[in-house]
Amino acid sequence: MSEIKKTDILIVGGGAAGLSAAAEAASYGAKITVLESDLHLGGQLVKQTHKFFGSKDEHAGTRGYKIADIILKEIEDNKENVEVHTNTAAVGFYKNDGIVTAMSGEESYFKLQPKKILMATGAQERIIPFPNNDLPGVYGAGAVQTLMNVYGVVPGKKVLMVGAGNIGLIVSYQLMQAGVEIAAVLEALPKIGGYWVHAAKIRRLGVPILLRHTIKAALGKDVVEGAVIQELNDKFQLIGEPKKIDCDVICLAVGLTPTNEMLWQAGCEMKFVSQLCGHVPVRDAKLRTSHPDFWVAGDAAGIEEASAAMIEGRIAGLAMSEALGLKIQQENYGIYQERLDSLRRGEAGEKIRCGLGMAQITDWGNK
Amino acid sequence: MKNEKLYNSGVLTELCKGAVLPPKELWENKKGGLVIIECPQRIPCNPCHTSCPTGAVVEFKDINDQPEIDYEKCTGCGMCVAKCPGLACFVIDLTFSEDKALLKLPYELTPMPEKKDKVWCLNRVGEVVTEGTVENITEPFKDSTKVLHVSIDKSFVDQVRSVRVVK
Repeated sequence: MSEIKKTDILIVGGGAAGLSAAAEAASYGAKITVLESDLHLGGQLVKQTHKFFGSKDEHAGTRGYKIADIILKEIEDNKENVEVHTNTAAVGFYKNDGIVTAMSGEESYFKLQPKKILMATGAQERIIPFPNNDLPGVYGAGAVQTLMNVYGVVPGKKVLMVGAGNIGLIVSYQLMQAGVEIAAVLEALPKIGGYWVHAAKIRRLGVPILLRHTIKAALGKDVVEGAVIQELNDKFQLIGEPKKIDCDVICLAVGLTPTNEMLWQAGCEMKFVSQLCGHVPVRDAKLRTSHPDFWVAGDAAGIEEASAAMIEGRIAGLAMSEALGLKIQQENYGIYQERLDSLRRGEAGEKIRCGLGMAQITDWGNK
Repeated sequence: MKNEKLYNSGVLTELCKGAVLPPKELWENKKGGLVIIECPQRIPCNPCHTSCPTGAVVEFKDINDQPEIDYEKCTGCGMCVAKCPGLACFVIDLTFSEDKALLKLPYELTPMPEKKDKVWCLNRVGEVVTEGTVENITEPFKDSTKVLHVSIDKSFVDQVRSVRVVK
């Protein structure tokens, strides 16, 4: 407990954003420490068995878990600069002396004194209230993916998916690949929220996507034995007759919210931005927060796709290296920013553009 | 868009930008077939273009553009069928035989059929519309996405977009 570990850059979270930042910063010679609360690196990437969208630069057309391997291999090239602690969580930041406390496993603690900190902590799943939502068999979509794609265990035989965003649509497809039946996908809005092609993929396999529908209750005594669903009108009021659905799993894919408690502890200026799905730090284009030593990237900065998280990680890695006084590839800023902008230019990026308009400032000045 | 509610749940209801058919005459005579892409929404994605060996899927001005196809250049090779993360590319070869067309479609499910197996052919909402025969199975990128070559009665080419393998 007594020794304080010094490091140039502390990266909290070894997922898409954190690993990309580590790869970028390590290439300039920064000494990096990565804390990952899971047992292995890769974050959500390792659960993604589908092929990614985007351009070649973000490995489009490659399956997510393979992308994690590609970034890890890049880090391997500069491995003397990167120290990784898995099964280790950052639990607190002390403003007075800049010390971060980390918990390794569940018993052992140590202290770190980083010069710069990147919060690449990702997101948490949301849950919606309905009677019996605590029955075994009610899962978050992330948990279903972990069970199925990391540990090879199917959650049940017949799933009711709640939410038709990209996660709900993709996880439905992955469940079908594992031989699980999808009873239906429910969506409260009049339109699917995820990419149209992801919906088309499961529609042509016979999965009903019920727009303007919600779950009213889970049925069952000890475990999920079914669900009650009902239609909604355009004011989200229940209409028509409740309907019973036969299923043994209810999977909630109703959105994510950024995980960034340590930024609050550090006193970073935070803002609620609904388009970014929760409270996010105000940041400049180089992802620096109002605290001069804190950066943010990926879902912790606002919920978006993994391809964007990887580029944000690159920009943050670049900016932290520059702030440390290291010689960096200045032109990379422009290259990464253009890639990010192009990903956000479409219909699907409108929400993000709007959210960034509220969360991003041009310059912190001398702050 | 026709029948907007259905379209909003992921079912193509009419031709539009990003979901067009090839010119009829070229299509009817092109050995190997021509690609049909059903990608009507602007999303940031371009592997159909980057995987195309002949430049038939035209270079994207903006990565969010819907794909545009230069049908003169398409050879029906099916590389985009295997690469598209949205599984939105299909090749239809109308020259396969007098009354049958060959459909090349992506397949990532189990069970895996074998050559000459009969499979159920599904429309855009998963209804069985006809029976087809698996003529060939390829895996262009060796990445677990198979391309099934399925012969079907020509009259169903506008409808069939998936198959169900029953073993």
